[in-house]
Amino acid sequence: MGLIQIGRHEKDGTSDIVTTTVEKAVNWARKGSLWPMTFGLACCAIEMIAAVSSRYDMDRYGAGVFRASPRQSDLMIVAGTVCRRMAPVIRKLYDQMPEPKYVIAMGSCATSGNIYDSYSVVQGVDRFVPVDIYVPGCPPTPEALFDGILKLQERIMLKPVFLKQPDQVRPSLKI
Amino acid sequence: MSLQQLANRIQENYSTGFVKAVEWRGDLAVTVTRDRLHEVAQFLHDDPATDFDYIVHVSSVDWPDDEERFEVVYEFYSIRKRQRIRLKTRVPESDCIVDSLTDLWKGADFMEREVFDMMGIRFRHHPDLRRILLPDDYTEGYPLRKDFPLRGKGWRDTFEFLDETVR
Amino acid sequence: MAFEDQRTTVYKIDPAHPESETLPTLRTEELLLNMGPQHPATHGVLKVILELEGERLVKSTPVLGYLHRGVEKLAEDGTYHQFIPHTDRLDYVCAMYNNFAYCRAVEKLMNITVPNRAEYLRTIVAEVQRIIGHQFWLGTQALDIGAMTVFFYCFRDREILMDWFDELCGARLTTSWYRIGGVERDFTPSLIEKLKRFLDYFPPKIDEYIVFLETNRIWLGRTKGVAIISAEDAVSFGLSGPTLRGSGVDYDLRKAQSYSAYPKCEFSVPLGKNGDTYDRYWIRVQELYESVKIIRQCLEQMQDGPIMADVPSVTLPPKQRVFTNLESMIQQFKLFSQGFDAPPGEIYCGTEAHKGELGFYIVSTGGGKPYRLKIRAPSFIHMGAFDHMSRGYMISDAVTIFGTYDIVMGECDR
Repeated sequence: MGLIQIGRHEKDGTSDIVTTTVEKAVNWARKGSLWPMTFGLACCAIEMIAAVSSRYDMDRYGAGVFRASPRQSDLMIVAGTVCRRMAPVIRKLYDQMPEPKYVIAMGSCATSGNIYDSYSVVQGVDRFVPVDIYVPGCPPTPEALFDGILKLQERIMLKPVFLKQPDQVRPSLKI
Repeated sequence: MSLQQLANRIQENYSTGFVKAVEWRGDLAVTVTRDRLHEVAQFLHDDPATDFDYIVHVSSVDWPDDEERFEVVYEFYSIRKRQRIRLKTRVPESDCIVDSLTDLWKGADFMEREVFDMMGIRFRHHPDLRRILLPDDYTEGYPLRKDFPLRGKGWRDTFEFLDETVR
Repeated sequence: MAFEDQRTTVYKIDPAHPESETLPTLRTEELLLNMGPQHPATHGVLKVILELEGERLVKSTPVLGYLHRGVEKLAEDGTYHQFIPHTDRLDYVCAMYNNFAYCRAVEKLMNITVPNRAEYLRTIVAEVQRIIGHQFWLGTQALDIGAMTVFFYCFRDREILMDWFDELCGARLTTSWYRIGGVERDFTPSLIEKLKRFLDYFPPKIDEYIVFLETNRIWLGRTKGVAIISAEDAVSFGLSGPTLRGSGVDYDLRKAQSYSAYPKCEFSVPLGKNGDTYDRYWIRVQELYESVKIIRQCLEQMQDGPIMADVPSVTLPPKQRVFTNLESMIQQFKLFSQGFDAPPGEIYCGTEAHKGELGFYIVSTGGGKPYRLKIRAPSFIHMGAFDHMSRGYMISDAVTIFGTYDIVMGECDR
């Protein structure tokens, strides 16, 4: 089954025993405490802020602690239009994040450039940063962002934990 | 004063520089020659009857078929008199340089930099004339000119910084 | 053991004059600190290079353009109707007002008169948007200074209005409800009912926000006397909106060049005295009260009637007719594929958006596409005064100054 089993506390006093694999436990911890980096670029940032605010509370999924520094975060939500001038900054911040790291491309501008087919807008952030989850919308409502985060959590559960770390960091996507 | 009187006042004082005045949909647009631009602007700023103390915007239009290709447009507003005026001048492509009005209106600083960035028109005596919206090392040209393609010339798709991350 | 670095030599007393007990001079250097383009203050991608002497700002150079999307060039590529969604994303906190400003500009160009009911609908929605925008501003300004509670309260009430927008036009943030010649759809009775309930619910909430801030020593200490700008400088820089009115200059386009249903409403324009951050904050809070007043008056005065001007060559037909009537479908198709025929000429039209004067300068040479469309964005112009306004203050005031200017990078960089 692959699910974490929570034993029941028997009336005669035998204690709870949880049996699982180390991988599932580590992944469960990782998905339940994602720390996003504040990376709002444009309009989607407003919906991201609304997702953290009183009504749509992102903290209930564990992802409410927004860190300003990339060194302390493991999720980068690229929310907004990616302009070519901003691209080296985004790449640098992505490189500064420690492994394991995940990227959500929030909104149509980060996914594919949206209606801005002009001289200064990169047509999608996946041209220079590998993306895990794409959340479409212009802007996606906070519920859509939560859908993206939940799918990311499912994806995290499937990732292998014991890896031989590669000696080189390779960007995984070409243009 | 009415727009007609305003146009007449400028024409009387600067008859050599005055080219034309057009009133349309309630807006007055006065075109002057490039060399008298600063004087006319100073007159509009200092004269108590006109008192244009607020700068609304500075922009530029590209007319590629005309000999004097670029048109620089200034718009001023008088807060006390509640009146607006548009001051325009034309420059040819070969010599696209105009006097800056930053000594009269401080807000013209950033606005003229944007005109330089987008259209390539230089401003004499500007304190810090460099690109503002595009990076300083942008080499493809001036985007708002009519001969510049909408999708640019490839800058948006080249990522030279990616090679540095592969250690 | 003393370290042999520069500090120790500086601290030596002058041997020629040992009696002078002057304080040792500390050798200082100006520090260049880069702030941005990614930083936690929520104003978007803005980079400021601060020259500091100790903690005092000597000069700050804003570096813009990290969100430059080429919107003015894109405008030349599509018709006038197709530009309306682009205007939403300019000042993305107050999308409706940008639509309003743009539609007014095109209506001035085409010389179209909007029907009476549509004017009232537009004014009501514009003022609702102003409330949303000011709540966002208050929440983020308080958050930057450190008052997190106000942030959560403001956003809670903002959500009520975002739901209202959702019911009105289908979108929370980037709405595109205004059309050239009128509005897209009318209010339903449930919308009017909800709005009236909100107008009763809201003024006590504004009092609640202020209670956290007005008497708080930290807030007063961080906003009073910070970022003062004089009236002459403000006018010379081209500032507008609450940033200008904070210095006492009475320039509000809703009164000076009144438009839409504003001439028929009674409201006052709050003015500041000192030109500091506290005055600008106070003006924006008072504007919340005034917006409530305007909406109430408009709801009372509004009468039934058409919501779109009757100029078939320019305005879009109602959507129900497009799906059933062949003529309407052809009209819709023609208007979107070719555009309407605009007369050659140029206009400028300014509107009092909640950040300042948002204006559109449109040059048309006939045909369906604008020849040149320039957006006069208040945030861009306010950035021009940033250096002047921030000299001599502490580095922690830099964040306060961003907030008091109310800068949105979508509008600043376009």
